[in-house]
Amino acid sequence: MINKLLKQYFWVVLLVLFLAGSLFLDFEPGVKIYSNFNRFFIEMITFLPLMFLLVGLFDVWVPKEKLEKHIGHGTGITGTLWVILFATFQAGPLYSAFPVAYLLSKKGASVRNVFIYLGAFSCLKIPMLTFEIGFLGLRFSILRTFFSLLVFVIIGIVMEKYVGRDFKVMGVK
Amino acid sequence: MAQHKGKNKDGNPGGAGEIMQILIVVSIICLILSFLVSRKKTLAGVKRGGIMFLNLLPAVFIVIFLTSVFLYLIPEKAITEYLGVGSGFFGVMGAALVGSISLIPGFVAYPLSGLLISRGVGYTVVAVFITTLMMVGMLTLPIEIKYFGRKAAIMRNALSFIGALVIGLLIGVFIK
Repeated sequence: MINKLLKQYFWVVLLVLFLAGSLFLDFEPGVKIYSNFNRFFIEMITFLPLMFLLVGLFDVWVPKEKLEKHIGHGTGITGTLWVILFATFQAGPLYSAFPVAYLLSKKGASVRNVFIYLGAFSCLKIPMLTFEIGFLGLRFSILRTFFSLLVFVIIGIVMEKYVGRDFKVMGVK
Repeated sequence: MAQHKGKNKDGNPGGAGEIMQILIVVSIICLILSFLVSRKKTLAGVKRGGIMFLNLLPAVFIVIFLTSVFLYLIPEKAITEYLGVGSGFFGVMGAALVGSISLIPGFVAYPLSGLLISRGVGYTVVAVFITTLMMVGMLTLPIEIKYFGRKAAIMRNALSFIGALVIGLLIGVFIK
């Protein structure tokens, strides 16, 4: 495991050296890549720790039985609605939903609902919908929301069939 | 001399900042409440979150780097130009591919899409672009595989890709 971590951080060190070297030597592609990198990295480095803070707190406070009772296997449409509702109040890029998906899975959410969560997270976030309506109009937004809903619920069902009911999202080790 | 332009190039329009502020406030409130109820549990939670974060950080770092390289090779302007041409089969598939690969946050993608519409690009193309952007992540696939395993991650992305095409085509039927 330590080896694996070292290997991962090895690449990080290498990339940092590349960026630093580019800035130092004024290597143009490197400098441009750095300016892009900076933009995303600042966004991520402020966003992700908060996300993980909430995930950590959620982990210790929400009891498994409770979550399982609401969105576990056999909770049907009600469970799915809960998951979708939960997802719409969030924000951020798709990969910030993965740790939450892990947690939901760990606490006993059904496989279907975990994937539906990812779908709802990517398509139905309320903060993003306000943007969408502003730029593309209400009609577009309603249609896209409706069709997306159908699509990701189907994806959830198919994924559950594909990976099996016992599938668990892994915590990154 | 090095000119570090681009630092505040198209600084994030309002929405992102607001969401960030809300997240900060919510986090602080949760942390305080949690701390008041149980110090021990709070520390355990913070530690757990911290470890998860540190484990994920190298992967995030590499993904952001790849994204930066991608945007260097194909800047956002080129994406707009490219999608601007598109309609028909190749336009739609092009939009799907661009959307699947790029990592453009929603608050940039929506204004960009609005621009595309005003230039006469079809709603199908725009819907496919937005949906793949949100649901399919080729650059973030390494992160997704860490959580879901190769099999599930690839399948979810493949299904989402097809789903995005379906959504786009359906929208094209309803909005001309």
